[in-house]
Parts: sequence; structure tokens; C-alpha cells
Amino acid sequence: MMNGRVVKGIGFKDLRDAGDPVELASYYFQQGADEIVFLDVTASYEKRDILINVVERTSDSIFIPFTVGGGIRSLEDIRRILCSGADKVAINTAAVKDPNLIQQCARMFGSQCIVSSIDIKRVYLADETEAPERVILETPRGKCWWSIYIYGGRQEVNRDAIKWAEKVVELGAGEIVVSSLDFDGTKQGYDITFLRELSQRVSVPIIGSSGAGIPEHILEALTVGNADAALAASIFHYGTYTVREVKEYLAEHGVLVRL
Amino acid sequence: MIDADAIVLPGVGAFQEAIKNLRPISDVILDQIQEGKPLLGICLGLQLLFTTSTEGGLHKGLDIFKGKVVQLPLHVKVPHMGWNTLRIVKPDSPLFEGISGGAYVYFVHSYYGDVENEDEIVSKTYYGTDFASALSKDQIFATQFHPEKSGVTGLQILKNFVEYVGS
Repeated sequence: MMNGRVVKGIGFKDLRDAGDPVELASYYFQQGADEIVFLDVTASYEKRDILINVVERTSDSIFIPFTVGGGIRSLEDIRRILCSGADKVAINTAAVKDPNLIQQCARMFGSQCIVSSIDIKRVYLADETEAPERVILETPRGKCWWSIYIYGGRQEVNRDAIKWAEKVVELGAGEIVVSSLDFDGTKQGYDITFLRELSQRVSVPIIGSSGAGIPEHILEALTVGNADAALAASIFHYGTYTVREVKEYLAEHGVLVRL
Repeated sequence: MIDADAIVLPGVGAFQEAIKNLRPISDVILDQIQEGKPLLGICLGLQLLFTTSTEGGLHKGLDIFKGKVVQLPLHVKVPHMGWNTLRIVKPDSPLFEGISGGAYVYFVHSYYGDVENEDEIVSKTYYGTDFASALSKDQIFATQFHPEKSGVTGLQILKNFVEYVGS
């Protein structure tokens, strides 16, 4: 969302208008979505009231869990958003800058309210010795480790994403949502290698975000990637597939889904 | 509360803190229930109705459902957070009017109520163990899941409670 409108882009750039968030959330709820996630990318911090208004109106219209993220900086922000009707908050930048925030939130509101949002990007290498402290894995596109990004994909933080994810869980994050800057908006699928590795290392639910172009990508994320949930945006916002169609596809392929 | 048609006891959080906050009005609640006022407990609200809870020590609840609140087995990811299915044991319960077996509802909990009287169980759900996902006793109902987060199924359950209160 930006300034109260839904937007969609590629690699977090070139944002285009895709509708009213409350209407869309309501539509997806009726279509059978299990959860809704709002990510607010509004640049101006002063426009915060627009977000609160959207959250309040949404909680009046939908009756499934919904998570709000984007620019959440403090405990007060979190309290406001939860009190407006959101079930969980997703935090990225603020947690990287002050990891204690996660711990404080978990203590105050419970781990089940705190989703750690991690934006990842691959750093390819020819040779493992180039990055001795990093978790390096073989992918179909080459050997790499994953670096993290903050400020909506605008700033790189030279830190291992796998290790950061393990850290946030230690601090009390209840879930992790992973967005890939390499795959976001490309319709080429999710970062399966990363998801699978992470699922073996942490005991909290992992939500794969970014990259779905066809239902098969979602199936892959949930099976090969071993993610607990898959988040998709543009394939739904542009009407390429409906939530119902994707769920039916998953059920046909042996995934336990709520229909 | 005395003028209300029914009482709803919601809850997310920890037993100890909640029961402490509830103490000042627990006598009123118990009186109202004695007089036949309907009550719906949700999630932690279900657990507060039990005799005791083992969360954070041993604590006393409202003792409406005889039994103990215990932790989910540790061989599964805790908290139990997500959608799971109902196995309806008492299909003619007013709470589940129009709800089919196998319906999905949304859970967020680490503890569950182990009720002594099996007849009070309305539905069971499996997560590491078979636990009671809904209970009823006279005009008192309780769900371990969150009907307000369980989509159309949840809304129907809430509607059923409201209609029960009205009748």
C-alpha cells in the first residue's frame, strides 16, 4: 500500500496503482484467503493516520488474521496498529537497527503478534573462501549467500540473512516472512533454496513472499521450499488467478488446504 | 454486566495475568451464570473457566469446567498457530448449527483444557494430541479457537451463540 492505495511493482520499484486496500482485502477474504498482509510503503511518516484508518476499516470487514507492516518503528506504533484491529505486525528495518525491539514486543504483546520481515538478496560467489562467515549454498544459478536489505529494499546491510533469521527467532519473533529482491515481481517463483534452508534451522512458521507467477510456484514453495505459508500479491491483484483457483490447484496436488 | 443478555470472555495472553485481572468481577460472573446467563469463552477465555491451569505455575480458574489446563505436547511446534479442523462430537449443539465436520477454524494457543467430563466436549481437534476445541455445559460455551478469526465458519458460530442467547 502507498498513501492508502494498493500498489504493485517489480523488485520494490515502479509502483503502480492496484486498488482500494479494504475492498481488496474483503474480496480476498470472501475468496477464501487464509490471511491478509498489508505492507505500507508510504514514504512520509506523517501519513501514518491513513494506515490506521485502513486497518480499522479492514478489521470491520474481514474475519481472518491480518498482519500489518511497513515503517513500524516503535512499541507505540505497534500498540496503535494492534489496537486498530490488526492481529500481527511485521517489522524489518526497526528490528535490524535495534534487535531489542523484537524482544520488547514479544514480552509486551506476545510472540504470536510479531512477524519478522526479512528482505533478502543473493550475493553470488565463485569461491566459498570469499565469504567465510556466511551461510553459502548451491542454487541453480550458482553458489551464493544472502544479504539483508532494509528501508523497503533501498539499503543493503552486510549481514547474513540466515543468521539474522535465527537471531530474530531467539529474540521472540513468532513468524518470519521472507521477501526476495531477486524474485519479487518477476513471476519466476520464490527463493526455494533459501526457504528450504531456513525451514531446517528455525522452529517458527516461515512465509515465503515474492515471486509467484503461476500456482506451481506456490506449490513449490510449500513442498520443495518447505515453507509453512506462501504470500502472493501481483498474481491476485491483476486477476491472473483467483485465491480459489490456487487453493484448488494445491489441493489437487496433495497440499492440505482450507477450502 | 448484570444488564447484559450474555457474557463473552475473550482472551489472548497468559493465564496468570488474566485471572488476576478477572478476580474483582469473578464473583459477579459466577452469580450471573448461576442465574442462567449465557456465557461464551474464547481461547484464553475457555481456559479461565477451568479448575486450574499449569501456565506459569499452578493457578486457580473459575472452576466451571472441572479439569486442568496443560501445555500442548512439545514434539509439535508451539504455539499451535494456524488453521485446523473440527471433529464435531456433539452435532446437535446449538453452537455448531450449520457447521460441518472437518470445518477449518483458526487457533493461536500453547495450552489446552483437559476436561474431566467427556460429555462437555462439543468438538475435538488434533495437534500433537487430541484436545477439546469446543466445550459446553448448560448455557456456557467455550472455544479454544478464535471464531472472530475463522472466516465464515467462525462468523456462523458467533451467530449461533447470539441466536441461542435470543431464544
